[in-house]
Amino acid sequence: MNIELARTIVTEIANRVIANAQTLTVLDQAIGDGDHGHNMQRGFDAVLKDIDNLSQEGTADFLRKVGTLLVMKIGGASGPLYGTLFMSLGKSWPETVNRDSLGQCLQAAVSAVAARGKSQLGQKTMLDVLYPVVEGFCQGDDLATLRQAAIDSAQATVMMQAERGRASFLKERSVGHMDPGAKSSLLMIETICDVLEKV
Amino acid sequence: MITATDKVGIVIVSHSAKVALGAAEMVAQMVGSDIPLAWTGGNSEGGLGTSVEQIIDAINAAWSEAGVAILVDLGGAETNSEMAIEMLPLERQDRVVICDAPVVEGAIMAATESWGGSDLDTVRRTAEEFGKKMD
Repeated sequence: MNIELARTIVTEIANRVIANAQTLTVLDQAIGDGDHGHNMQRGFDAVLKDIDNLSQEGTADFLRKVGTLLVMKIGGASGPLYGTLFMSLGKSWPETVNRDSLGQCLQAAVSAVAARGKSQLGQKTMLDVLYPVVEGFCQGDDLATLRQAAIDSAQATVMMQAERGRASFLKERSVGHMDPGAKSSLLMIETICDVLEKV
Repeated sequence: MITATDKVGIVIVSHSAKVALGAAEMVAQMVGSDIPLAWTGGNSEGGLGTSVEQIIDAINAAWSEAGVAILVDLGGAETNSEMAIEMLPLERQDRVVICDAPVVEGAIMAATESWGGSDLDTVRRTAEEFGKKMD
């Protein structure tokens, strides 16, 4: 992937997250502390503002810098989580990009997020979207299948009981609401599919 | 900010600047000002939350060669503190610990232990043992 494509994807992710900030906040008000949308908006506003500087030295460096900026600017738990996702993508970005090497890079990034959040699959978090999509990617699924996997797995968090984050305090009362982090991850994957379908 | 570099530094991280300040005031009153102490609370816009940037600043403000013990309130404060530690220079990273203890009581216990000249591990253990008594 060249830097222009990476830059387009990150820009479109930022635009999509910012446009959906209110939706994320409403989800987070139901089961969290109600700041997810606003925090993500602050982080991605900073990315958009600085995108020329961030993208001067190749894709790996770009992703690392985006991650660092998200850590510093988002605040809340999603800062370290999304920051770690992007930083790890940058850190393990392959020299030669193909489906195998990119799959390994994605797996490393999702594992890093799991370690950061001390979380795993099935705990009503962003991982419940990221894991199945990365797995599908590694199996060779096409964009339409990956998009559907993201939609389905975000939807599946509705009926899960939260075991991580503020939502876990609600125990069974967290059931019935989509996890805000699953939703923001879904937005990112839909955006990536949108961009790649046009390439 | 108070500094005294031979004793373990204490950093208080809360989602609320007022809680962080209040806890720091309690530490200062009960333990005195003879330990490095810093606190941070709220996000970069002054709302509720925690900021990695501000946590890094607090760690540096309370820096001691004996190390720094961090007390946190809720999940995001812990995650952001872990992130902050990883963004410190390598030689400082293993001299900063997060205590698994209630923020106010833990800060006072940790500070008391630090004031007495204990090492980082003892400071942390004391705060955490107090936390367990409350379970």
